[in-house]
Amino acid sequence: MSVFSRRAATASVESPEFVGMAGRESAIIGDSMAGATDAPLGSGEPALRVQRASVEIGGTRILDDVSFDAAPGEVVALIGPNGAGKSTLLSVVTGDQAVTTGAVEIAGRPLADWSLRELGRRRAVLQQQNGVFFPFTVREVVAMGRAPWQGTPRDADDDRVVEESIALTETTRFRDRPLPSLSGGERARASLARILAQETGILLLDEPTAALDLRHQEDVLRIARDRARAGDCVVVVLHDLSLAAAYADRIVLISAGRVVADGAPDAVLTPALLGSVYEVEVEVIRHPVTGTAIVLPRRATEPAIESPKHAATTAAIPSESGESMCVSTLEETP
Amino acid sequence: MTRVTPTVGGDGVGAGGSLEARVDPLPRRAGVGRRAVLFVVLGVALVVVSLVAAGTGQLAIAPDEVLGSILHRIGVTIWPLPSHPNGDSALWTIRFPRVAMAVLVGAALAASGMIMQAIFGNPLAEPGVVGVSSGAALGAAATIVLGLNFLGDWTIAFAAFVTGLLATLLVYAVSRANGKTEVVTLVLTGIAVNAFAGAGLALFMFLADTQSREAIVFWQLGSLNGSRWQDVLVVLPVVVVGIAVALVLSRRFDLLSLGEKAARHLGVNVEALRIVSIVLVALLVGGAVAFVGIIAFVGLVIPHLMRMIIGPAHLPLLIASTLGGAVLLVAADLVARTAIPMADLPIGLLTSLIGGPFFFWLLRRTRKKAGGWG
Repeated sequence: MSVFSRRAATASVESPEFVGMAGRESAIIGDSMAGATDAPLGSGEPALRVQRASVEIGGTRILDDVSFDAAPGEVVALIGPNGAGKSTLLSVVTGDQAVTTGAVEIAGRPLADWSLRELGRRRAVLQQQNGVFFPFTVREVVAMGRAPWQGTPRDADDDRVVEESIALTETTRFRDRPLPSLSGGERARASLARILAQETGILLLDEPTAALDLRHQEDVLRIARDRARAGDCVVVVLHDLSLAAAYADRIVLISAGRVVADGAPDAVLTPALLGSVYEVEVEVIRHPVTGTAIVLPRRATEPAIESPKHAATTAAIPSESGESMCVSTLEETP
Repeated sequence: MTRVTPTVGGDGVGAGGSLEARVDPLPRRAGVGRRAVLFVVLGVALVVVSLVAAGTGQLAIAPDEVLGSILHRIGVTIWPLPSHPNGDSALWTIRFPRVAMAVLVGAALAASGMIMQAIFGNPLAEPGVVGVSSGAALGAAATIVLGLNFLGDWTIAFAAFVTGLLATLLVYAVSRANGKTEVVTLVLTGIAVNAFAGAGLALFMFLADTQSREAIVFWQLGSLNGSRWQDVLVVLPVVVVGIAVALVLSRRFDLLSLGEKAARHLGVNVEALRIVSIVLVALLVGGAVAFVGIIAFVGLVIPHLMRMIIGPAHLPLLIASTLGGAVLLVAADLVARTAIPMADLPIGLLTSLIGGPFFFWLLRRTRKKAGGWG
């Protein structure tokens, strides 16, 4: 998908007229605070925008002049090596990390102008750590996601939204069990259900697939993409580049605190770019049916061991790029 | 209750569907029904224990006569008055204020224990553990020895409140690093603050005359002996306001148990919540111990016990803890003054004697279960 088709997709999400009507309606209800966060995200405008943000902690520059935005209707994947600054960038957007210089806007308003409660209705955050101090049940935890809507007309939906979120994340089976007694993957899904129950329009997911098995990785990202298709803005930190290629509309590659590339998956996921950023040789192949990029580190194929009694062998394996790589198989058997 | 009919997996058609549609059966708790039962049981227990406690002593008065005495005061004359000529006055000048004080102090200690556990996100936090009680006692000892009287009857309570607050803030500031409270740091800081307060108490006892020394010893042991209506009227508004504010904050306490950041993401101003809660705890504990001295373990054991019965949701937990703390302290005070004839045991000694082993048992039991301390 090109950058142009992404713009086209976002333009069709909501018309400005509809946004205006929603705003007037909530003004009549009298909850102007809810009105500001009740309205669908504006079209054209980025849902969130980070402009020239730098973060320094203890003299170390963790983010360096980063500009980044995400629009309603798209899934944006943040990728990059460990320590590149992905999570820091996400925490700049959530407001957990103050910027040293630069600006952050959520739905067109500077982050500082939002009250915490309003932000709770506008953006939801799935962290890497999903513990709870006391043995709350999964359902209780998911219901906590409704807290920002307490006292607004929308708190009448609480039960329905909680049940839908539980069903969507397939946490029904352990909904009455205490969260601390669940496995890491089950906890992550329960926490995702809490984020979905928050009904925010902007979803910020920090490595949501880290603890999950193959099927639930797909499920989580499918849910994220479905939310985006329904008009939400989804920003997700991912380590699995093939997952990013399959589900993201746009990929932002971060390295050493800087944005190295920002564009459609095909534009960002190139062997040259990834190779230099991750410092490992990478090959990008195409799925035979869908054509989606699949990213793999270049692995040398080991020669078949013919005899149990051979000495250390060295084989030269020709690689695609024409250069040879040396692989030694280990040690003779006595 | 919250039993669920299968909602996912398409009516159980297909292997995957039927697998996901199953709801894990156990453990089940925290149902609305269970909460209601607990509240009723605790409420009834509080009334019964209070009536029995008021009627028990050197001058025994039957529970119906105790009830009759109360109802006569509000113009209802169904039940008999106490048959003993001094019965009515004994009830109203000695027993009732003492029982009322036990109710208030028990409620305050249990509620503040729950608040501490909520804001530290740590089940080991308790006013006694982190030094609030001993800090408050130090302030009270200082006013006793130095003969301070700048606020009349309120002087000791005020000093206890201020020093209790300072002790809590100190523990709060020291035991937090990078936005979270380490268990070990918390307990060690508590030990340090307790040791410091203990040294201060020892110093004041050294400086004090015999009468003040006795007053300080009374502090460290804790006793409801000699509670007066004036004292009750000082403690009452403090406890009522403190618990009312805590009730308002209870849903935020729930969110805080997700962690500081997650609570912020859900709209909670975590720092403000923590500061308000710490002032609240200092107020409750300071108000409670100002007149009765240090009574340990109520704030630790009661919230735990209630959490085991009805789960961790803080609104019902706070109500249950308040009631439970009141029941426990009225009962403990009854034992304290009747266990040994003609003697009034220090209630703090009693609660520690029972609370220590009980807490140990609690630790062992909870650790065996999945989820445990979280």
